[in-house]
Amino acid sequence: MSGALVVAWLRLAASRVAAERMRLTDLDAAIGDGDHGINLARGLAVLEARLAAGDVSMEAPAPILALAGRTITGTVGGASGALYGRALLRAAATVEPGHVGAGMSVAQVAAALRAAVDGIAALGRSRPGEKTMLDALVPAVTALEAAAAAGSGLPDALLRAADAADAGAWATLPLLATKGRASYLGERSIGHLDPGAVSSTLLLRALADAAAGA
Amino acid sequence: MVALVLVGHSPELLRGLRAMLAQAAPAVPVVVAGGTDGGALGTSAPRILHALRSALADSPDGTIVLLDLGSAALALEMALDDLEPSARARVRVSRGALVEGAVRAAVQAAGGGSLAAVLAASEMSAALDKLPDDWPADGAAPGTHPGQTPGRPDR
Repeated sequence: MSGALVVAWLRLAASRVAAERMRLTDLDAAIGDGDHGINLARGLAVLEARLAAGDVSMEAPAPILALAGRTITGTVGGASGALYGRALLRAAATVEPGHVGAGMSVAQVAAALRAAVDGIAALGRSRPGEKTMLDALVPAVTALEAAAAAGSGLPDALLRAADAADAGAWATLPLLATKGRASYLGERSIGHLDPGAVSSTLLLRALADAAAGA
Repeated sequence: MVALVLVGHSPELLRGLRAMLAQAAPAVPVVVAGGTDGGALGTSAPRILHALRSALADSPDGTIVLLDLGSAALALEMALDDLEPSARARVRVSRGALVEGAVRAAVQAAGGGSLAAVLAASEMSAALDKLPDDWPADGAAPGTHPGQTPGRPDR
């Protein structure tokens, strides 16, 4: 994964989340405070502007991921801003700052995603099964690691990860939320998709599509 | 004198609360970190970090942090990870309710109360649990206790 692919991913993610922001916000309105899509779209729009302004070199993945982490942390707000920000910063920290050229191998991308997911789990004191973004992200990173071990190319490996995230997000439908503001609803959280799991899937699908188009 | 840092989603809410505290305890330094970097509703780890540094620079006795909602604790924890260890040691995070806790804390701080006394006053207000179960019981920043794995700051 090159720096150019990271930038292509973040731009695609920004446009997809902007297009889907009302759906995400409606999901959040059902079991949270109804701002997830708008918040995430706003943060990604700021990030897109910073990328366009040349705030960071487009060569190496790590500084781009770090810029994304700082931007999301400061502009999204709420739990998702802190969690996604922490994830991007942890991913950035797994990559050598000067890592350029062809970029990260499938195994390195898997290691970065694993660090990101571990960062979310630690900050959120959460684990899969609690109706959170981890229900999409943990199956995705497991699939990505399996694809890396099997010698898959990056586009194929990321496609598998996105498919696993999609399945994981749908599987949040019958779950009882025990973390975050959705937990205030108790049993009324059952029967709704978790907005964080859905946005995580959107982000990973954007990454897979960016890689397929690269 | 112990300072207060108010962390919340709404800049207006925090400015209003700060005005109330200025009336009740005008000598107590109060720094607010409300909203995102763009001023929208939400919390921002960089803003919280800035507020903590500002409060600690003015108050060698340390600062109490009060939160509006549990999701603010996530951004706060990220900010604490980026704070220098000597500064982290002078921070205590309250489990008290924002408004009632801040008023009680400000009055206690104005009377020269210690960091522990101001924290205790702020937590007399309510049993709204805003911190994760594994947060140190004395309110210290995670990772500052001997024998505990230190946090890995993102830099």
